[in-house]
Amino acid sequence: MTASPEPAKKSISRDMLQGVNLTGQEGNHSLVDQGFTWLVQGVSVSVVVILGWMSWVIFGQARPAIEQFGLGFLWTQNWDVNELVFGALPYIYGTLVSSAIALFIALPIGLAVAIVTSESFLPPWLRSPIAFIVELIAAIPSVIVGLWGIFVLIPFLQPIQQWLFQHFSWIPIFNSEPAGPSMLIAGIILAIMILPTIAAISRDVLIAIPKELRSASASLGATPWETTFRVLLPSAISGILGAAMLGLGRALGETMAVTMVIGNSDQISLSLLDPGNTIPALLANQFAEASDGLHIGALMYLALILFALTLIVNMIAIVMVKFLSANGQS
Amino acid sequence: MKQTSITPELCRPLSPARTVFNYGMTTIAFLLSGLALLPLLAILLEILRQGVPGLKWEVLTNLPAPVGMEGVPNGFANAIVGTLIMVGIASLISIPVGILTAIYLAEFSQGKAIAQLIRFVVTVLSGVPSIVVGVFAYAVVVLTVKGFSALAGGFALSIIMLPIVILATEEALKLVPTSLRLASSALGASRFQTVFRVTIATALPGITTGVLLAVARASGETAPLLFTALFSQNWFEGLTSPTASLSVMIYNYASSAYAEQNKLAWSASVILVGIVLFVNIASRIVTSNRFKNR
Repeated sequence: MTASPEPAKKSISRDMLQGVNLTGQEGNHSLVDQGFTWLVQGVSVSVVVILGWMSWVIFGQARPAIEQFGLGFLWTQNWDVNELVFGALPYIYGTLVSSAIALFIALPIGLAVAIVTSESFLPPWLRSPIAFIVELIAAIPSVIVGLWGIFVLIPFLQPIQQWLFQHFSWIPIFNSEPAGPSMLIAGIILAIMILPTIAAISRDVLIAIPKELRSASASLGATPWETTFRVLLPSAISGILGAAMLGLGRALGETMAVTMVIGNSDQISLSLLDPGNTIPALLANQFAEASDGLHIGALMYLALILFALTLIVNMIAIVMVKFLSANGQS
Repeated sequence: MKQTSITPELCRPLSPARTVFNYGMTTIAFLLSGLALLPLLAILLEILRQGVPGLKWEVLTNLPAPVGMEGVPNGFANAIVGTLIMVGIASLISIPVGILTAIYLAEFSQGKAIAQLIRFVVTVLSGVPSIVVGVFAYAVVVLTVKGFSALAGGFALSIIMLPIVILATEEALKLVPTSLRLASSALGASRFQTVFRVTIATALPGITTGVLLAVARASGETAPLLFTALFSQNWFEGLTSPTASLSVMIYNYASSAYAEQNKLAWSASVILVGIVLFVNIASRIVTSNRFKNR
C-alpha cells in the first residue's frame, strides 16, 4: 500500500513536508491561498459535524418515544401500532441472534480464506484472484443478495431445515417446523455478506506479519499449520478480532437481504427455524407507512439503538485493527 | 539415546499425528475457501439465467404495466431514470465535499491531531448502517418538506458516497510524490495552483476510480431510498416528488406474487450487477500496480 510508483527516485519523504509551509505569503497568491485553506478546513469540519448532526437529529426525533417508554422499551415485547404500545425486545433479540449466527459461520470460513490467500499454499498468481473474488461479494447490492435468497437459497436450504427439525428437534434451537424464511437463513445470508470484510482484513493483517516470524518458526521444526496456530494467529489476534468486529458491525446494520429472508415475525422464538425480525428489517417495513408521531418516535428510538450499537462496535473494531497495524510495522 | 531410536526420526521427521493434522487442516482450509467462492458464482449464474432472457429493449424504455395485464409493454425505464437522477444529486454533493476533505487530509494537515480525528470520523461514517442514513435523511428532509422526494433520496445517497470518496481520494493523493509538490512550489506556484495543477492532476486516475466505486455503491443502495424517495409507477415528476429507483423496484418486485414482476426484478439485477462488477473489476485493473508487491 505504501509503495510509491518510483521507489528509487523518492528521496524526499512525506515527513519532510511537515513544518514546510507551501502556502503563498505574498501578492495575489496569498489571498487565494488563504481562502482555499479556509475552504478545505471548513468542508472537512463539516464532514465531522455530519456524524454529530445525525446523532442529534435521530435522538431529537426519538425523544417522544424515549419519554413515553423510557428504558423499558428495551425489554418489553409488545409492538402494536393501533394501540400505540411499543416494545423493542423481539427486534433487538433478532438483530443480535442473526448477527451471532453470521459471525459463527463467517469467522472460520473468512479465516480459512485469509490463511489460504496469504500463506504459501498456493502460487502467488492464484492467491490474489481468489481473495479478489471473495471480496467481490461485498460489491453485490444487498437487495440482489436478498432476491437470490428468496428464489435460490431458501428453496435450497428448506430440505436441510426439515432434516434438522426431524432429527434434532430435541435441541431447543431446532424445535419447530420450518416454513422457509427463518432466523437461520437470515444468519446464513448475513454470513455470506460479512465474509468479504472478515477475509480481506484478516488477510491484510496476516500479510503484515514480518517474514522473520514465519522463518523462525519453520526453522524450529514447526509445520505450516503449527506455525499458523502458534505464531501467526496469536500475533494477528487483535487484528482478526477487529475484522470480526467490523463484520459484526456490518451484520447488525444489514437491512435488505435480511428483511427479504427472515420472515418478519414479531414473536421471540428460541428455535432458529422460526421466522424472526431485526431492527433494520422493521424499519424497512414500517417507516414508509408510519404517520403517527409516537410510532415514528418508536421507530426513531429503534434506529437510535441500532446507531449506538454499530457505532460502538465499529469504533472498537477500528481501534483494534489500527492498533495491530501499528504493531506490525514496528 | 541409542542409534536405533534416532534413525527413524531422521527418516520421518514428523510423527503421524502431526502429519495428519497438517494435511487435515490444509484440506479443511481449502474446502472452506471453496465454500466461500460458491455464493458469488451462484448469484451471478442465477442472475444471468433468470435476468438476461427478459432484458429486451422494451423493458428499458417502458413504464411498469399494471399488474396482471397481458399484451401491455412492461418495463422499468422510470426506475433507471430515477436511479440516474438520485445518484446524480448524490454525486453533485459528495464528490466536491469529498475531494476537498481529502485535499485537507492529504495536503494541509500533516501531523495535526484534527486530521486523525477527521479520518476516524470518516471511517466511522463509512460503517454507519445505510438504513440509519435513510432514517436521518427522512428526519432532515422528508419531515421538513412533508413528502417523499428525489432530493431526500439523493441526500441520503450522498452520505453513503461521502466516506468512500474521501478515503479513496486521500489514498490517491498520498501516492503523489512529495518532490512534485516541492518542485511546483519552487517554480512559484501558489498552494492552490500546486494542488489543482499538480497533485490532483497526477492523482486523477486514482480519484476517478474512487468516485466510480462510490457511484456504483450508491446505485445499488436500497435501504436509504425506501422511505426517502419511496417509489413511483410513473415517469420522473420533479425533484420534490416520490421517485422510482432500480434497487427499490427489485425489492418491491422480488416479493411480488406475479411471475412477470419477479422476472423484471431479475432483469433489473443484471443492470445493477453489471455496473457494479464492471466498475470494481476495472478499478482493480487500474490500481493493480499498487498491489503488485502483495
